[in-house]
Amino acid sequence: MPLTDDAPLLSLAGFSKSFAGFVALDRVDFTLRAGEIHALLGENGAGKSTLIKTMTGVVTRDAGTMRLQGAEIAPRSAEEAVKAGIATVYQEVNLAPNLSVAQNLFLGRQPTWFGLVREREMRRRAAALLTEFGLAIDVGAPLESYSVAIQHIVAIARAVDQSARVLILDEPTASLDAHEVEVLFAVLRQLKARGIGIVFVTHFLDQVYAVCDRITVLRNGRLAGTAPIADLPRLDLVRLMLGRELSEATAKRPPHVEGAARAAVATFAAFGKEGQVAPFDLTLRAGHVVGLAGLLGSGRTETVRLVFGAEKADCGTAEVDGRRVAIGSPREAMRLRFGYCPEERKTEGIVADLTVRENIVLALQAQRGALAPLPRREQDEIAARFIRLLDIRPPDPERPIGLLSGGNQQKALLARWLATSPRLLILDEPTRGIDVGAHAEIIALIRSLCAEGMALLVVSSELEEIVTYADEVIVLRDRAHVARLTGNAVDVPAILAAIADAPAAPAAAHA
Amino acid sequence: MGLRLPRVGTAQIGALALILAANWVVSPQFFDIRLQDGRLFGSLIDVLNRGAPVALLSLGMVLVIAMRGIDLSVGAVMAISGAIAASLADSHSLPVVLAAALGAGLLCGLWNGFLVAVLGIQPIVATLILMVAGRGIAQLITEGRIVTFTSPDLAFLGGGSVLGVPTPIVLALAMLALTLAVVRGTALGLMIEASGGNPRASALAGIGTKLITLAVYVWSGLCAALAGIVAAADILGADANNAGLWLELDAILAVVIGGTSLFGGRFSIILAVVGALIIQAMNTGILLSGLPPETNLVVKAVVVLAVLLAQSPRLGTHLAGLGVLLGLRKA
Repeated sequence: MPLTDDAPLLSLAGFSKSFAGFVALDRVDFTLRAGEIHALLGENGAGKSTLIKTMTGVVTRDAGTMRLQGAEIAPRSAEEAVKAGIATVYQEVNLAPNLSVAQNLFLGRQPTWFGLVREREMRRRAAALLTEFGLAIDVGAPLESYSVAIQHIVAIARAVDQSARVLILDEPTASLDAHEVEVLFAVLRQLKARGIGIVFVTHFLDQVYAVCDRITVLRNGRLAGTAPIADLPRLDLVRLMLGRELSEATAKRPPHVEGAARAAVATFAAFGKEGQVAPFDLTLRAGHVVGLAGLLGSGRTETVRLVFGAEKADCGTAEVDGRRVAIGSPREAMRLRFGYCPEERKTEGIVADLTVRENIVLALQAQRGALAPLPRREQDEIAARFIRLLDIRPPDPERPIGLLSGGNQQKALLARWLATSPRLLILDEPTRGIDVGAHAEIIALIRSLCAEGMALLVVSSELEEIVTYADEVIVLRDRAHVARLTGNAVDVPAILAAIADAPAAPAAAHA
Repeated sequence: MGLRLPRVGTAQIGALALILAANWVVSPQFFDIRLQDGRLFGSLIDVLNRGAPVALLSLGMVLVIAMRGIDLSVGAVMAISGAIAASLADSHSLPVVLAAALGAGLLCGLWNGFLVAVLGIQPIVATLILMVAGRGIAQLITEGRIVTFTSPDLAFLGGGSVLGVPTPIVLALAMLALTLAVVRGTALGLMIEASGGNPRASALAGIGTKLITLAVYVWSGLCAALAGIVAAADILGADANNAGLWLELDAILAVVIGGTSLFGGRFSIILAVVGALIIQAMNTGILLSGLPPETNLVVKAVVVLAVLLAQSPRLGTHLAGLGVLLGLRKA
């Protein structure tokens, strides 16, 4: 319907919010039209989350007015926002995984008959609803039996079915692979055609250009700019987000040095585990970065977990410094001076309640053992050193780490391992879910660690990034290492070709 | 689960002060302490003395709960160690009696720890086993009778005094100091807080979470055994049916009042002991006030609720919400 109508569906004026003296939002204006997909971008800490939370009443704003189709609204909770017509779907799907798809869709508003849930009617309606979204699945099966992408679509269907005017998506694609992203985009385009206004928060610039109509950029809590997609080329967009020129460091691949001459730190031969990853050979060298590329679920994380002993290999051999070793646990890997930053930062990385200092010294303390506590002064020194070195913000070692942004949590986790002075550092998606500025810093750090002679094993979905720092890229597919690219053969088209080389794998949807 | 800033314990210490003040109101001699036969007497001393067993239990319980666990068996372990101590007291020397009773506690702790850490059984179920079986074991030891003893050595641990201070208080303080030294003097405290806060992350950071789990249950068993010895020494006998009965719940309550979350992570040993004292101060206060002892449990529940609410960071929001509900919405 109203694609031609330029009157805004939703308009915010002068939104402001401070937390204990820290200005998170400073007089931000924002308009959303019916039938548009509007990207909301900005670095971590730019104010995206705060803007969304104040729009939906999760956080009360200090100032500002909000109009939905011309009528002023002021929701005081997410529930009121949904009633008013603004629904939000978060990165981590907020549904009950053990309930059926139908129950999730109609939770709290089940069709009833004298107080009893009309199960069959509910399923019928659920199936009809999902058909609109191009999903023909068994709505009686538990939600957790479906992929994250389908769970997201279920969450979106529930949200749209409830209110249907404004849909806010907070990083919906962070855990989806390329094919799943396409499925999700098809749904978004369909909602757009129905005249729903969609706010799309993401870190993936490719996706912004693939699906969005307009872009609004926030920086340090202020509106940095808003423009139709056609008027904002990628470089300008990044400039708007960062407020500075992107450093050349991330753009160009440095001259390649032949790796065979370097000393091998660890060598794995026919190493593998049934059901995790097929046996593989892998040599990690000092001052050498090996990248692991492949779609989600291709066996990248499984490979690094075997190397670090988080899973025990059931075949093959590992050698460190020419000696046969058994790596049966993270503790044994740490004795060999390996370090591992896992992909799941929240569930496997940080201890949210503990302070930044405690999180940083954790691995070093574990290495020394409980009976040799690091003196407090030494802990303070280590924390201060890494906060300075990695520019962790805010620079307060006594703040619970859960209160930091994703990028700063990631830096603190890197610090945790750097404090143990590892010879081999394993990084699983080190730049996932963090802002562009922190991306560049972490890539620069990977390079400098490599230059200092550390061996690195890096899993990354960001192919453009991986080719800038990896000396060697191993491509995985269907839980097996399928290709090994070295030296000048490392480039994005070659990796894509290797990933897409199989009959089963979908052609990666890279723009 | 919200993020908590390091707690200072104002709620707990304030609550204890309030209850002590209330005790003083109902019984003006509450703070009177007198020295008689080289031992201190008075209601305040009584609170500390009677509170010692639960305080001892809470020293182990706080570590178990910080590791996301729970130990329901401590009351039963008290009965076992008390039964052993009372049975051996008149025939063996004190060191042998203590070694046997504490050794039994250690074995009980190892058993719980084995079930939880090695077999991966949920703590509430794993320790329920010993909670039920333990009392039976204690009855087997006492052969179903109430075993009494006359050994002055063991009796000293319950009724004696050191420099005027009743022995149970001295033992509880010594165990508190030892626990603090072991946990906070080493990196164990940090490791427990990390493992309880995020077990997977801690294991990946190289912390031996299984060993620590085993260790906290062993410690809890030891503390319970000591509490059982004190309880038996106090009454000069062991009653397998009633020794330590329901005290596991008081110990859990003491830990929770002390601000340690049942979700694990951050914990405070000292505030757990303050929690134990809050419970005992209430018990004593109700006895002193002349209220029927039956009201004890109800009053206890109200005070516990108040302390927990006072700790809640969300109290402000809830009160505001309540205001809206009562005031604005009605109007």
